[in-house]
Amino acid sequence: MTSASTNDIEFRSVAKRYGSVTAVSDINLAVPQGAFVALLGPSGCGKTTCLRMIGGFEQPSEGMVYIGGQPMNGVPAYRRPVNMVFQQYALFPHLDVEQNVAYGLKQMRPRAATAEIVRRTQEALEMVRLGGFGKRRIHEMSGGQQQRVALARAIVNKPKVLLLDEPLAALDKKLRTAMQIELQSLQRELGITFLLVTHDQEEALSMSDLVCVMSTGRVVQMGPPQEIYDRPASLFVADFVGKTNRIAATIEPGAGSVRLANGVGLSKPARANGTVGAAMVAVRPEAISLVRNGTATLQGTVTHRMFLGSTVEYSVEVEGLGDFLVTADRRNESELAEPGERIGLNFDPNAMHVFPA
Amino acid sequence: MRAAMNTKRNLVTAALVAPAAAWLTVFLVLPFIAMLVFAFGERAPEGGYQVAFTFAQFANLPTRAAAFWNTLLLAPTGALLCLIVAYPVAYYLAVKANPRYRLILVSLVVVPFWTSLLVRTYAWMYILGSRGIPNLLSMIGIEDVRMLNTPGAVLLGIVYGYLPLMIMPIYVSLERLDRRLLEASADLGAKPVSTFFGVTLPLSLPGVMTGVALVTILLLGEYLIPQLLGGGKVFFIGNALVDLFLQSRNWPFGSAIAVTLVAVVVVVLMVAMRIAWRVAGTRQVDLV
Repeated sequence: MTSASTNDIEFRSVAKRYGSVTAVSDINLAVPQGAFVALLGPSGCGKTTCLRMIGGFEQPSEGMVYIGGQPMNGVPAYRRPVNMVFQQYALFPHLDVEQNVAYGLKQMRPRAATAEIVRRTQEALEMVRLGGFGKRRIHEMSGGQQQRVALARAIVNKPKVLLLDEPLAALDKKLRTAMQIELQSLQRELGITFLLVTHDQEEALSMSDLVCVMSTGRVVQMGPPQEIYDRPASLFVADFVGKTNRIAATIEPGAGSVRLANGVGLSKPARANGTVGAAMVAVRPEAISLVRNGTATLQGTVTHRMFLGSTVEYSVEVEGLGDFLVTADRRNESELAEPGERIGLNFDPNAMHVFPA
Repeated sequence: MRAAMNTKRNLVTAALVAPAAAWLTVFLVLPFIAMLVFAFGERAPEGGYQVAFTFAQFANLPTRAAAFWNTLLLAPTGALLCLIVAYPVAYYLAVKANPRYRLILVSLVVVPFWTSLLVRTYAWMYILGSRGIPNLLSMIGIEDVRMLNTPGAVLLGIVYGYLPLMIMPIYVSLERLDRRLLEASADLGAKPVSTFFGVTLPLSLPGVMTGVALVTILLLGEYLIPQLLGGGKVFFIGNALVDLFLQSRNWPFGSAIAVTLVAVVVVVLMVAMRIAWRVAGTRQVDLV
């Protein structure tokens, strides 16, 4: 197949089983060259197993894994043109920063010249802004600095693909945001493919060109971040990526009408497919606006208010439908609704995502 | 208030340390002082010690040069042989063995300790003695093989007796080794052999150092194995001491030898620690 040559990584019908436990099954995945791709999913969804099969630490039970068009089944980790930033970094504690970064260069056969090793090590350290830290020992570095050492160590060999296994999970929120930006610019600078594994949907959406959402060992949706967020392919994706309100409903045939569980009828959104019968409707909290008077789609009572600075999150109880989460933009609604207040909820029927129940 | 708390804390500390301190004072410090005093004294005509101040005992040390030579040569050699045999075993147990059976396999290493070393070494005496392997060899025409009472026999006994003490610290350091470091090494292009010498071995050095130091120090005072398998031909300082104290009742000379041995052990230990620190960098090395 020729398509493999333009994809840095390709999975064809890959499955991985441990005894009777299936970690992933029927994974088909194509990571285009030079892309920043995130494997997103809850813990245990198989995303790390996929990453480890690319790194060469696991072999698929079924199917083929390709890197740069080459089949990789049976190829050991040390012969693969990929490098990995490990969770918790896995830096060598007996080596200093410089020796850690140079480790990969020293494995090259034929051996690289010492001057070349020194030059490329320094270059990699500069790239992660650790210029003067070469002689430090690992335990003298902070978590954020260790993260950078791990990055420098992984990019020094100029891999085809850089694998990142939850690289930011151990950092505090502020540092994490800074590293997100840095990872993005590093990827553009290097021009190599980044494949990131994360359970943090915000991280996946903000950094990557393509998000691959996984659940129980399968790929459930793959696409650009906006597409994943705006057009979730399933209720799972709608729930897992961003926040969502789930409403039980019935789709009436022909009439093009969505009947919510409390009896309110709405026109069917334009992109809803031919689902008929029991369904689940998903609406994003920011798609709903609160109205004090006049007609509203639904009526409810404010039960909780969470002030988040630029936005306010309300929990609104609607009779017969349960609690709704509503995010209000403070530019539009300067006056805050009070808990206990009766309030109307309005949303465009086209903001609804309809899934078969 | 704070002073009262400090006093209380000091009392607790004192209570915790007191038993060990008392034990060490009575059974280590005081006997050692006695030995120091004896070492500069003279043998009483009827045996034992009589007060004097002389260096004669130390001047006499060369007469026991063979014991010193055997001890200082065979103890480190024995420890190194132990290391060579123990490392692969520890590596297998910690890295390769099926985790399900690991605990059983590790406890098998300690099983020999359930029988006295004396009994087990006696068994070797018969295996190596004229009715043992040499007898079997003579049946197939190989005559006059002497095994017992040779340095080889003593070394065999040492490796046999001290192997578990070497396996354990190495096993522990290998078992603690983070598997992801091995994956990281492979990920960076290192073949398994390079990973072993670049990551596994250096990170298990603290265990190796501990094992070598432990076995060497214990061997410097070894008595039983050279007594049984060396048969008075290959004897250690420990054997010389027993002769001097119990047979010829020359306490001052025995004390001088013992004091010299302690001094040698201290020097050996300091050199070993210096080397360990250099090898392991700034990391703390736990030597015994």
